[in-house]
Amino acid sequence: MKKRFLQVENLAQRFPIAGRNKSLTVFEDISFGIERGEFVCIIGHSGCGKSTIMNALSGLDAPTEGVVIMDGKEVSGPSLDRGVVFQNYSLLPWLSALDNIIFGVRARWPKWSRQKIREHSHEYLHMVGLQEVEHRKPGQLSGGMRQRVSIARAFATQPKLLLLDEPFGALDALTRGVIQDELVSICASTAQTVFMITHDVDEAILLADRILLMSNGPEAVIAEDVVVDLPRPRKRGTVINQPGYYSLRNHLLDFLVNRSEAARTATTSAAPAIINPIREASGGPLPHAVNA
Amino acid sequence: MMSLNIRAAVLSLVFLVAALGMWEVSSEADVVAQENLTEYELLMGTNVQKARVPPPSDVIVRAWQELSDPFYDAGPNDKGIGIQLGYSLYRVLTGYLMAAMVAIPLGFLIGMSPLMYRALNPYIQVLRPISPLAWMPLALFIIKDAEASAIFVIFICSIWPMLLNTAFGVAGVRSDWVNVARTHQLSQLRTAFTVILPAAAPTILTGMRISIGIAWLVIVAAEMLVGGTGIGYYVWNEWNNLDLTSVIFSILMIGLVGMLLDLGLSALTRLIQYQE
Repeated sequence: MKKRFLQVENLAQRFPIAGRNKSLTVFEDISFGIERGEFVCIIGHSGCGKSTIMNALSGLDAPTEGVVIMDGKEVSGPSLDRGVVFQNYSLLPWLSALDNIIFGVRARWPKWSRQKIREHSHEYLHMVGLQEVEHRKPGQLSGGMRQRVSIARAFATQPKLLLLDEPFGALDALTRGVIQDELVSICASTAQTVFMITHDVDEAILLADRILLMSNGPEAVIAEDVVVDLPRPRKRGTVINQPGYYSLRNHLLDFLVNRSEAARTATTSAAPAIINPIREASGGPLPHAVNA
Repeated sequence: MMSLNIRAAVLSLVFLVAALGMWEVSSEADVVAQENLTEYELLMGTNVQKARVPPPSDVIVRAWQELSDPFYDAGPNDKGIGIQLGYSLYRVLTGYLMAAMVAIPLGFLIGMSPLMYRALNPYIQVLRPISPLAWMPLALFIIKDAEASAIFVIFICSIWPMLLNTAFGVAGVRSDWVNVARTHQLSQLRTAFTVILPAAAPTILTGMRISIGIAWLVIVAAEMLVGGTGIGYYVWNEWNNLDLTSVIFSILMIGLVGMLLDLGLSALTRLIQYQE
């Protein structure tokens, strides 16, 4: 089997239950891969362990079982190779917007001159359109602006893999849409490899190449690996008119509403089934096997 | 309508005038007519004027005299108020800064390490409630120097709030920010200085503010014991001189300097305060 850029093998996370000689399995048998430049979303109900998977990928927490291999090396701790954007932005509130980005850039390239670090940081702040408010502290920025700074900080360190943990969960729908479009164009221009948690089906379709569907926890597994076979560049306004958009969307919703509970027992093998609802709906042959 | 500030200032002024007025009136000596006294009353000394708390007008005159020449030095028992306050401030700041140099790094250690917290907490809990002056005899015996003992007493009384607040602030740094440091692969030392220190700084400063207040309270008592110089000694010396006007004046000066110390630290707190 060809090794992918990121390879997650038989990941499991169990926590001991206090007072009893048992443990709670959050998820188990999680195996999937991500190619370089691919954008993969993971969707599941609250409590299925999405964030725990994220922590294992970032290296913040060690999984109980299994390994994460990135670029041929096992993940054994946090690294600048994996940039993380947290749900609650996690900007340092005593630093200005620009200084928050400088913080990341300086950590990434400690040997760079002050001037070079500043220019580089400026460039990424510009990329998210926040040059006007560079001296403001996070407390003086709106939620959308804070998340933009957070995204700029992650992109500025040029990680090999970008991990996004429900980055737009706390934003209102309008702001979310604007930043999603920005993320689409930034990802298109940088060919960034991204792994993102979301529970917004439309967001996942807009952004992702593949969507991993998780069954309900505890003892959650990845039930399906759904290919988003829609042409790029995608735009929020036009992607809904693409043929196949609704068959894909219905498939995802059907899973989340009707099948995510039972999916646990239905899945037996470690590798999730690869599904392409768009091709299936149009009656065409199954496309190039993505998971070969 | 006047602004709230102006109204408050006017009201403050009214309170001041009222309080000073009552004080002034109540401290006027009773004029006792000699001829109305019985022989018994004369024998009992009723005609002798009783000692009274000096009126505010006397205190204001004394304050004017003292403050117009605060730094005169006419021998060991007659120094200007500025010199006495200077000695006290020197002791307070020396002891306080030494305490900060010990308390902040130690507090960091305790805050970062649950093991150290549990190991040191019993000692802190026992040592903290000890009145700082209770250390004085031991300090005098070990250090054998009154000046240094006073500084030690300041050190020991100002260390606890700084230590506990630093530990509390460091332990309470949001895990998100620590995770930011971890995902950026910062070393332990860099994490401490660039993330944990600024995150805990407002809490640490609060501890420093409590400490300077306590230190200023304690120095007066310590100097009454140690003697020689300082505002505490000055108060006690004027009491021995039965010069209550000077006692009241120096009490006011103690309050004023204490307020300035607190204002200084609160300005510093505002500087490093952040909004989440």
